[in-house]
Amino acid sequence: MHEYSIMQSALNQALREARLAGAAHVHQIRLRIGVLSGVVPDALQFAFEALTPGTPAEGAVLAIEEVPARFWCAACRKEFVSANLYAECPDCGVPSGELRAGREMELSSLEVSHV
Amino acid sequence: MCEDCGCGLSAGIPVGISAHSHSAPGDPEHGHLHGHGGHEHGHDHSHAHDHDHPHSHPSSGPGSEERQTLDLRHAILEKNDLLAERNRGFFRARGLLVINVLSSPGSGKTTLIGETIRRLGKRLKTAVIVGDLATDNDARRLRESGAPVIQITTGTICHLEADMVARAVKQLDLTGLGLLIIENVGNLVCPASYDLGEDLRVVLLSVTDGEDKPLKYPPMFHLANAIVISKLDLAKPCDFNREATTANIRHIASHARLFELSAKTGAGLDDWCDYLVKQHEAVKHRDPLGA
Repeated sequence: MHEYSIMQSALNQALREARLAGAAHVHQIRLRIGVLSGVVPDALQFAFEALTPGTPAEGAVLAIEEVPARFWCAACRKEFVSANLYAECPDCGVPSGELRAGREMELSSLEVSHV
Repeated sequence: MCEDCGCGLSAGIPVGISAHSHSAPGDPEHGHLHGHGGHEHGHDHSHAHDHDHPHSHPSSGPGSEERQTLDLRHAILEKNDLLAERNRGFFRARGLLVINVLSSPGSGKTTLIGETIRRLGKRLKTAVIVGDLATDNDARRLRESGAPVIQITTGTICHLEADMVARAVKQLDLTGLGLLIIENVGNLVCPASYDLGEDLRVVLLSVTDGEDKPLKYPPMFHLANAIVISKLDLAKPCDFNREATTANIRHIASHARLFELSAKTGAGLDDWCDYLVKQHEAVKHRDPLGA
């Protein structure tokens, strides 16, 4: 259950950036979380609700965009999205050694206001 | 810990700010989604603005609350990632091979590390950093091998982080050292998210663990450079299904080098130790500043 500390990090960064922008309230925090990041979005939501009260992000919406696992198949020379997280190309069956997306843990944007 | 991670390092890192009021008249989508003053409602931001470029909508509208979108794109674990890179530079400059050993609790990390140190002997001088929530039992066990050992007790934290490793390394005499083994907290989930500055991630899977572990914990197994099937001496009593296990490993981590061994009987340990020596040779001759 490291999602609590990861959410705390994301929230600290968000509040800091909001403060630097002179904002009074944070209305939405958007994250991009890869399916191979080892982080569970539901657990982040749970932590978010526990961490935000009393902060400028109280009542804010946490929007999490899940990034699918996208591999490169060198044999077929194309990318494929893996639903079951298997690295084998669905067309040729050759395992891919190159993950191109799916490990993201990113604070992508904030929506803030000054009043 | 949380107070330490991810905050405070973003000064100086460019931040794209797009003034973006969401309350422009004549823009029904924005007006509808965001133009209300006193009440909250869920909105999923599915309208078309992809944050790829700074852009602004002039704000107006009496009583409308001006909202602004701040494009950040920060890695949430940015601070840990930066510290991990600092560790990596430090290790590379010393020609040190660093491995991060990961598994669920009880898969045999400590026993394997102890035997590895004994077998490597003078071929590769080794030190260990070992992480546990509590006790220094593992450190005491490992010291019997004669290697310097630093115990990190993490309290309630379920993984090691780059700064914990940096602090532990300061307590080690690195003279003549070739290999640093970091035994992570026994956990197949959380440590996957934290780079420590290692060269190799080694994931253990004991024959008692069940053959579908790689499918249950894909992030960890996907990150492995090497996977060790441990406790091979128990394969028979456990009805270990080797074929299914290796097939599952291939699904998730076909790129990983596979070892099958028993630290108890010594089976497979020579291959494993040779691998470490070879990896150390590669690290030693690497350009510290090179990619």
